[in-house]
Amino acid sequence: MKKFWAWGALIFGLLYFILPLIGMTNFSLKMRRGVYSLDAYAVVLGDPRFQQTFTYSILMALATIVFGVLLVVPTAYWVRLKLPGLRPYIEFVTLLPLVIPAIVIVFGYIRLYNTSSWLPLTGSITGTNILLMFGYATLALPYMYRSVDTGLRSIDIATLTEAAQSLGAGWTTILAKIILPNVLVAVLSGAFLTFAIVIGEFTMAALLNRPAFGPYMQLLGANRAYEPAALAVMSFALTWGCLGLIQLVSRFQKGAQSAT
Amino acid sequence: MSFLTLTSLQKSFGPVQVVKDFNMSIEKGEFISFLGPSGCGKTTVLRMIAGFETPSGGAITIDGKSQQNLRPNQRNIGMVFQAYALFPNMNVAENVAFGLKVAGRPKAEIDARVKEMLGLIKLDHLADRYPYQMSGGQQQRVALARALAPKPQVLLLDEPLSALDAKIRVSLREEIRQIQQQLGITTVFVTHDQEEALSISDRIVVMNAGKADQIGKPADIYNRPATRFVAGFVGTLNLIEAKVVDPAANRISIGDQGVTLREPLGNAKAGDTVSLALRPEAGSIAPDAKGDTALTGEVVSSNFLGSVIRTRMKVGESIISFDMFNSPGLVPPTVGETVTLRFTAGDLLVIRD
Ligand SMILES: Nc1ncnc2c1ncn2[C@@H]1O[C@H](COP(=O)(O)OP(=O)(O)OP(=O)(O)O)[C@@H](O)[C@H]1O
Ligand SMILES: [Mg+2]
Repeated sequence: MKKFWAWGALIFGLLYFILPLIGMTNFSLKMRRGVYSLDAYAVVLGDPRFQQTFTYSILMALATIVFGVLLVVPTAYWVRLKLPGLRPYIEFVTLLPLVIPAIVIVFGYIRLYNTSSWLPLTGSITGTNILLMFGYATLALPYMYRSVDTGLRSIDIATLTEAAQSLGAGWTTILAKIILPNVLVAVLSGAFLTFAIVIGEFTMAALLNRPAFGPYMQLLGANRAYEPAALAVMSFALTWGCLGLIQLVSRFQKGAQSAT
Repeated sequence: MSFLTLTSLQKSFGPVQVVKDFNMSIEKGEFISFLGPSGCGKTTVLRMIAGFETPSGGAITIDGKSQQNLRPNQRNIGMVFQAYALFPNMNVAENVAFGLKVAGRPKAEIDARVKEMLGLIKLDHLADRYPYQMSGGQQQRVALARALAPKPQVLLLDEPLSALDAKIRVSLREEIRQIQQQLGITTVFVTHDQEEALSISDRIVVMNAGKADQIGKPADIYNRPATRFVAGFVGTLNLIEAKVVDPAANRISIGDQGVTLREPLGNAKAGDTVSLALRPEAGSIAPDAKGDTALTGEVVSSNFLGSVIRTRMKVGESIISFDMFNSPGLVPPTVGETVTLRFTAGDLLVIRD
């Protein structure tokens, strides 16, 4: 009887998630009347604006990942090594982006960095891109920080640091040659999540008026019928691909660790 | 001038003074062990030499050079940790090469040195292995090679063998000693295992509550403990309370049995109590022994320990243990039996605190 309910709940949950997906996928294939076809996908992929915005967002995602890694890995390492008492507070700060809406953050940015401010980042395209990257990094911070922090927990950073120091290594060498390689798997899973967030993000890109993939999806959704469905299916596939890669990578890590 | 000198070294963590006035001069090429119970500050002294802790007072010099303002990575010191601390992302050869790479040595030199080091620890065949693919003993040998590769001035080892099982511990400590002598490197070895310290050191520092209680050659530490603490910590020692009978003639009494010591009693007066130390292996049973260097008592227990039989007997208020070598024909004393233990006058040491 218990089993029955467990299975029931599982099937209900699966239906809840999968039915809309199936419906959407089905719809996206029906652009040509009467038969299934990939026409909607062809239209989307052939649209130059799709190519532009998608490329832009991928580049932004990569920049965000690099910036996030450079920011988070040394911070999490330093906090664990020298300021363990501060860990709860740092963790709280990194969780803030989950409760503060993106729109609040971006309005704050615009107020602080507008053309008449002391640092007019929004005055140039490069400046705005940098600002958008900061915003993305903030949104990704909770995931990035947590995964890196968890990664750091699995190695004895204090002793490894001292071993490296006694061999003459300075902080940069320690971070680049010892710490980063040993938390690479954690960094990668944080990176995939960042990637998924940046690709789908709408609010910040729209308000900063950058040609990102999120606003493009929105635009398409407002004006077309079949293409948005195709786009949604594709971005789902992309996100799930990222999650699958995280799974793969962390399984790989477990394999390496269980061998010790 | 000694090679490595520690002068009134002190360290406090908050209000707790962990190292108090630690003094030590170590000669070039010497193998020194810090021996002491848990929490006595051995690791703290070692970490101050390495630069991981800043002394609250005192000075450290290596080869005449003050280490005061040098960060750990600026000191020329090799360190081996209890937990091996090999870099998990690097294989054996890369681990050993790390210090040389950081120092910017040319590749040919690094390769040659790594090869030499792996030969020294006899692990040439495992150069491509990763740390998790090796046993603890192998990992610790790699850690030793890694520490030695950049030719440090001083090698520090903090309980490098305590995570290993007994057999490996003995063979590896001999290997460490042999490598140390071969390279002639000045070494400080921290341990709480007295046998380890006695077997491989040139000199031992017995530490007690943040101070060096006694510094000396292994045999001196064992045979001539300077304090009650050293006597109790190194080896199994009988501590016997005795009454001074005639200080001029070195005569004392244990229970009601008179004994003459070889050592002068200093300025003790008749009737004073003095502490004497007697090693369990010093005496032997001799039924007909009489006179000044024998004690008679009743056996309270007798335990078979493998190579020896340890018997405890009661003399006056003191319990005295003594060991007999096991042999097939030996009949161990039985509980309640009266036995006489004979020793030489020099075996009874006067402990002055
Ligand atoms: N960072 C620290 N902060 C506060 N107290 C410390 C710190 N490091 C060591 N201590 C204290 O200093 C004392 C000496 O520690 P130390 O590690 O030097 O002992 P040890 O002789 O190496 O002992 P063991 O044999 O257990 O390793 C201990 O009481 C310990 O609690
Ligand atoms: Mg210690």
